[in-house]
Amino acid sequence: MEVIDHLFYTKEHEWVSIDDGVATVGITEYAQDAMGDITFIELPNVDMEVEQFEQLASVESVKAANDVYSPLSGKVIEVNSELVDCPELLNKSCYELGWIAKVKIASEEETSKLMGAEEYRTYLESLE
Amino acid sequence: MDLIFEKSIEGRRGYSLPESDVPSAKPLAAKYVRPQSPTLPEVGELDVVRHFMALSRRNFSVDGNFYPLGSCTMKYNPRFTEVLAAMSGLADLHPLLPQLASGDRLVQGALAILYEMEQLLCEITGFSAFTLQPLAGAHGELTGAMMIAAYHKAKKNRKKYIIAPDSAHGTNPASAAIAGFQTITIPSTEEGVMDLAALERALTDEVAGIMLTCPDTAGIFNRDIDKIAQMVHKVDGLMYYDGANLNAVLGRCRPGDLGFDVMHINLHKTFSTPHGGGGPGAGPVGVGPKLMPYLPVSRVVRRDDGTFRLNYDYPESIGYVASFYGNFAVIVRAYAYILLLGKEGLKQVSDHAVLNANYVMARLKGVFDLPFDRTCMHECVFSACAQSKNGVHAIDLAKYLIDQGIHPMTVYFPLIVREAMMIEPTETESKQTIDRFIQCMMDAADLAARDPEAFHAFPKTMPISRPDEVKAVKDLNVNFFD
Repeated sequence: MEVIDHLFYTKEHEWVSIDDGVATVGITEYAQDAMGDITFIELPNVDMEVEQFEQLASVESVKAANDVYSPLSGKVIEVNSELVDCPELLNKSCYELGWIAKVKIASEEETSKLMGAEEYRTYLESLE
Repeated sequence: MDLIFEKSIEGRRGYSLPESDVPSAKPLAAKYVRPQSPTLPEVGELDVVRHFMALSRRNFSVDGNFYPLGSCTMKYNPRFTEVLAAMSGLADLHPLLPQLASGDRLVQGALAILYEMEQLLCEITGFSAFTLQPLAGAHGELTGAMMIAAYHKAKKNRKKYIIAPDSAHGTNPASAAIAGFQTITIPSTEEGVMDLAALERALTDEVAGIMLTCPDTAGIFNRDIDKIAQMVHKVDGLMYYDGANLNAVLGRCRPGDLGFDVMHINLHKTFSTPHGGGGPGAGPVGVGPKLMPYLPVSRVVRRDDGTFRLNYDYPESIGYVASFYGNFAVIVRAYAYILLLGKEGLKQVSDHAVLNANYVMARLKGVFDLPFDRTCMHECVFSACAQSKNGVHAIDLAKYLIDQGIHPMTVYFPLIVREAMMIEPTETESKQTIDRFIQCMMDAADLAARDPEAFHAFPKTMPISRPDEVKAVKDLNVNFFD
């Protein structure tokens, strides 16, 4: 399972990258692989305020529906509307083209509750 | 296979009418007439018979095949209930009759069935009263969630949340949401039951109630159920019992005695009415004393002289949740089933259902990963994790079973188990049938180890092998003319 070094991760298998106070959020390779072919995503509204670990989006696959939680608190400033017509990008390119939303975060302190790449790799091994 | 519309030949008819020998009626005013006739297939009677016979032969059903679909209780539906439900005195009744002045005198038998069914369900589940109106399990959940909301509104409680475990049926959070609540999800422990510490943290004064099955979705009886009831009641929350798994405890324990305040029963699961084609089902809802005032109307009551009538005088009722009295013909079938089996028979149902599931679990243990290695109730959950390392997933094993003439088990549910395979044999299957299933599963595991590639071709015996599930969801179109 691909885990990218410079990202932060959650136990619910979201990834987040932070650039200049803006967090880009997506789901990990493990998540897309476990869900199988993804058929639908419900994106958040732009300007929506989210709390850390609260629901940001929901994703449906041929197997199940799952919620995607926001790794950090903040305000949604952009969503990846490409995914509405091409939810399969979440399967094909979960770390790049399949990003879900950008969140303007208040502070980076909450990252202390997230995992780094090494920790997430260990976590994945524990799930085997 | 062609659709019936594709078999249409212009001008072909399945009937012949004599020449009219009476004057024509005045044509309808233009505003009442459709601009064009509806598009109906033009076919002869034999075309229709052959078409639907061919469709029925393609149907994969309990009548034709073993159907161990976990969480669905696909038991055999005995034929005598069909005969009873089709009796003219029941099938031909007009549902408005008991609502007309003195009309109830003409339908005393039907009202007696509804009344007695309510009493029987109360006895079986330990609740005080039932509504038979809801038309399906999820409809029952919504009815229950609406009554929970009405209870808190009447007490002026400020409640926002319904709690559900992460193993819950997806309908639980959905029903709670439609009734206006937000859902809090509680994780399961490694044993497959609710994490009590996480529940404790989530239980605030804003919690309206909790929705649970017991045995839990993983087929495991929750030993902490009375503790959970105490914790939830302490914040004036209500306990909702999802009756999906009632077949496991029938006649052995009663949800009402376990501390639950409200439940639904899937008559099409536990009480053996047909599931076919998504319905018609029935999801009667039982309540304890706290929720009695909020039950839907109408309700059947008994007069002092022993006759029955409908009563609408319940000012706090949440109102109608379905037209008339629910799926009456389904209720009749379930009523007959309960009366035929009786108290001892119902106990045997759950005894054999649990025994059969444990037999499957014991024999397939070691062949597939068993995430919760503990005596199960009416169903057991395996994982295809070991096989999936070889490229054979739960879905592939399911497709293999189809070619063996067995309906697949439930796959990818509960969500808390990766590559889940949930097997519910039910009490109506013989040891020979279950042994054959077990052998098929062993053969499948063997083939998965030897030749994983082979699985991509399964099923080979069906009219359609592997439908494009992604396209089916993304571009759903059920209109042939579009």
